[in-house]
Amino acid sequence: MSLKIRKDHASRAVIVHAVLLSYTLIALYPVFLILINAFKSRKGIFREPMALPTSKTFSLEGFTKVLDKADFGTYFFNSISVTVVTIAIVLVLAAMAAWALSEYKFPGNTALAIYLAIGIMVPIRLGTVSILNLMVDLGLVNTLTALVLVYVAQGLPLAIFILTEFMHQIPKDLKEAARCDGVGEFKIFFAIILPLVRPAVATVAVFTMIPIWNDLWFPLILAPGDGKQTITLGVQQFIGQYVTDWNAVLASLSLAIIPILILYLIFSRQLIRGLTSGAVK
Amino acid sequence: MADLKLNQIRKSYGAVDVLHGIDLDVKDGEFVVFVGPSGCGKSTLLRIIAGLEDITGGDLLIDDDIVNHKTPKDRGIAMVFQSYALYPHMTVYKNMAFGLKLAKTDKAALDERVRAAASILQLDQLLDRRPSELSGGQRQRVAIGRAIVRQPKVFLFDEPLSNLDAALRVQTRIEIAKLHQKLKSTIIYVTHDQIEAMTLADKIVVMNAGQVEQVGSPMQLYHHPKTRFVAGFIGSPSMNFTRVKITASAGETVTVEMPGGATATLPFSVPAGDIGKEVELGIRPEHVELDRTGDLPVTGEVEVVEKLGDSTYLYVRLENADRVTLRAPGHSRVKVGETVQAAAEGGASHLFDGAGKAYRKTNCPAQYSADE
Repeated sequence: MSLKIRKDHASRAVIVHAVLLSYTLIALYPVFLILINAFKSRKGIFREPMALPTSKTFSLEGFTKVLDKADFGTYFFNSISVTVVTIAIVLVLAAMAAWALSEYKFPGNTALAIYLAIGIMVPIRLGTVSILNLMVDLGLVNTLTALVLVYVAQGLPLAIFILTEFMHQIPKDLKEAARCDGVGEFKIFFAIILPLVRPAVATVAVFTMIPIWNDLWFPLILAPGDGKQTITLGVQQFIGQYVTDWNAVLASLSLAIIPILILYLIFSRQLIRGLTSGAVK
Repeated sequence: MADLKLNQIRKSYGAVDVLHGIDLDVKDGEFVVFVGPSGCGKSTLLRIIAGLEDITGGDLLIDDDIVNHKTPKDRGIAMVFQSYALYPHMTVYKNMAFGLKLAKTDKAALDERVRAAASILQLDQLLDRRPSELSGGQRQRVAIGRAIVRQPKVFLFDEPLSNLDAALRVQTRIEIAKLHQKLKSTIIYVTHDQIEAMTLADKIVVMNAGQVEQVGSPMQLYHHPKTRFVAGFIGSPSMNFTRVKITASAGETVTVEMPGGATATLPFSVPAGDIGKEVELGIRPEHVELDRTGDLPVTGEVEVVEKLGDSTYLYVRLENADRVTLRAPGHSRVKVGETVQAAAEGGASHLFDGAGKAYRKTNCPAQYSADE
């Protein structure tokens, strides 16, 4: 009997792992293709796109081309600054809003929470035309500020939703103990609540950051001007109507992975579980 | 350290009244225990004193100062929670120092206070640990330490021992008693465990359904319960009750008819108007003795025997189907099914009127009295 159960367990584990593994392969394969082809010569790419670079086809011409273009540093800088500033603003605003929604009773609390949750369901791109009009009126077209504002609006609903749920789970006694301890509300939030929801904050940071980094839509519409382009937009210059410089495209895409990977590693280290254990019995 | 005064404290959640006007005086240095069944409002009252709940009506005074609208930190209280509520990401030292550090206490003084508290509670070796690396008893001591370093006017304990196992509970209880002797501070302690209440308190406040039933020293409550509720709540196993009928009252004594038809004359002062009424007679298990005669005889068959070593409890079924618990010596050889004879002195009994209020006892033998 127990043997059968164990067998069932084992076969289920095999199935689950097989599914996950094949999904991982499917997801990683395009990235893999980009990476191998980035290190090939133009002929190598076209002749055998699936092959690994060999001594014959190996070439760094794409990278040299990309790095020679002085603009590329600017694109990276633009992307990184938009992403980092957005994450910072989203995290601070969302955490404070989540704290207010989960901790304080005030009229309209539920209505406000629902209003914010609706933002998760409505794609912000539906409002592109109005957003563009608004940015024109504000004189923010072709600025990174425009992008940051739009991305903050895009990231806040989900961030607030996730953080509210996590803050609900913090034991009430802990906050009350702090209040009895003479700790002010701001200090409770920054010194006790935030450290305890750190894993959630890291999750939210990752969720917020990746769509921003990969976005082509809003940079193309709101900030396509020289010197304001982000990396995804910058890559487009190598894609022509008649000729596409695949070496440069693939090389720049490969390079674009690096900063987001570093950011991801930083945040994922914060995803430590069990941080609250020992707070209350 | 300070006096505390509760003046007609009321609390309602919407239309539901939880506390119905509580009056209480706590003197400086007193150890007061709120005790009562679940939902009687004792924790709510403690949280009101702490400032974690708003007061619906009445006044709360600490040192003759109305603190109704003051925040917890301005009331000079420190609270120890049932769940300990330690900051999980801070070490023991930081847990204790956190409040003081925010209050901008001088660093050397802070360190001194934390270390003094740690040495009182034997936490010296654990200062660098985090709460997750401590046992339940140690966590509870850290929670107490965090309260001590604040040097509050009033300590508040909310069922601090409920999460500990039985052995640790007894040990920590003794530590809390010692701590009170050492600090001589005002302590308010909430528990549902009457043994904790009896052993720790200078003064017990028995609460029931949002009202104070009786306030008094442990021995006063034990020997002179003012209501049937207090009589039944204090003491373990709880008091035996039986319905009797008052047949005659003669100033200092009253004659009652027992369920079996027998009569007994007891030392209570009962107004003549209550003659003929059904009342309740209470007697503690430890005051019913085997193999003797007395004002209140008991004869019946033993249904259950509980041997505790030092004593034996017999659950006896009387002829009229009433049940009586009595305490026999630990070496008692009485078995289930045997018929036993026992009796209690009239002076050990308690008599409660239809509303549950105690009649005044006119002649109370010394062993049944709280007077010293």
